Amino acid sequence: MNIEVSKLKKVYGKKEALKDINLHLSGNKIIGLLGKNGAGKTTFMRILAGHFRQSKGDIQINEQPVFNNYEQTKDICFIMESNNFYEKFSVQEILTISSKFYPNWDESYANKLLDIFQLNAKQKIKTLSKGMYSALGIIIGLSSNAPITIFDEPYIGLDASNRSTFYDLLLQSYQQNPRLIILSTHLIDEVSKLFEEVIIFHEGSVMLHELSEELEKKHAIIKGRKEEIDQYIKNRHVIHESTILGQKTAVLFDEEKIDDERFEVSKLNLQELFVYLTKERMREIVHSN
Amino acid sequence: MSDRLKDDQPIFQQIAELIETNIIDGDLHANDKVPSTNEFAKHFQINPATAAKGINLLVSQEIIYKKRGVGMFVTEQAKEIILQKRKSHFYEQYMRPLLEEADRIQVHKDQLITWIKKGGKV
Repeated sequence: MNIEVSKLKKVYGKKEALKDINLHLSGNKIIGLLGKNGAGKTTFMRILAGHFRQSKGDIQINEQPVFNNYEQTKDICFIMESNNFYEKFSVQEILTISSKFYPNWDESYANKLLDIFQLNAKQKIKTLSKGMYSALGIIIGLSSNAPITIFDEPYIGLDASNRSTFYDLLLQSYQQNPRLIILSTHLIDEVSKLFEEVIIFHEGSVMLHELSEELEKKHAIIKGRKEEIDQYIKNRHVIHESTILGQKTAVLFDEEKIDDERFEVSKLNLQELFVYLTKERMREIVHSN
Repeated sequence: MSDRLKDDQPIFQQIAELIETNIIDGDLHANDKVPSTNEFAKHFQINPATAAKGINLLVSQEIIYKKRGVGMFVTEQAKEIILQKRKSHFYEQYMRPLLEEADRIQVHKDQLITWIKKGGKV
């Protein structure tokens, strides 16, 4: 699978939900799509899944357009946090419809998952609890075996135990049938170790697209005496800084290696890095006051 | 041995160190089979590519070797290589922080030596 996105733009009335998205995704991997609320993640995923058209620019999968093109959409399974299923159907009816839509559908696996999440096939969608509704989305997403499987916050209402089950199943399913999986979530701490690649959307643009291990190399926390740190970080890309008791901690981005005996060097986890990167703008505002 | 991965160190490195420690502790012997990428991924809930990177790091250092279609195994000289490597890092990783803290709280060298003589098997 090869996804090529260039100069993609989506406008709702006067609001630009997507400004200028350029992305190239390929191969079988699990990709994390992160961003604050309103960053444009869901809009992007919906365009990718062919739900609606972009305002401008281009999006192609294997050199084919997606919108209104069953040849492409049959290969994409997109699970949103809500509004996935017609409320009057039963769980079984949803499974049957999905089995007809997705060519690689695995029925016995779907039934096994139904059992794991303790869903009753006869139950109507509208009577499902939030957690059960999310579980059904996960069951469809995993059983579809779609070459491009996209989960957008798929676990609203799902408890920690069932979320952990989801991560186990996701990995297992990915190992048995490697494919391109995009997972968008705010629970970064829980899933960061699953990602091979990370994309961060910020205000309708791609702020960052990196291999997880590169991201790890590309930043550093340095700690030391305030005056020394201040001098060192001058003209460098600082995404966070804080001082206490004469000791200063600064987080630097776009740094390769810091080899300075005076400083203690360590790393952030993905969630912290995400927070500092996306808060940057706000910090500028706070500082200019 | 802790079963949890730490946040402040690359995961692939922790996977590699885990295997190494097993080898020097004698839990894994020469020509023993090392768990597969998928087993590590499942156990730690991590991306298989990350686990593979840790394993490949050890392959490049000739600590484990690949048998096509069969799996990964501990080499004959694995233990020796790891001991060499760990010894060369010992001062930086353990002695330096120890001496720094001793300095800071004014623990005298003689005291350190007494403590060292008291414990340890070597």
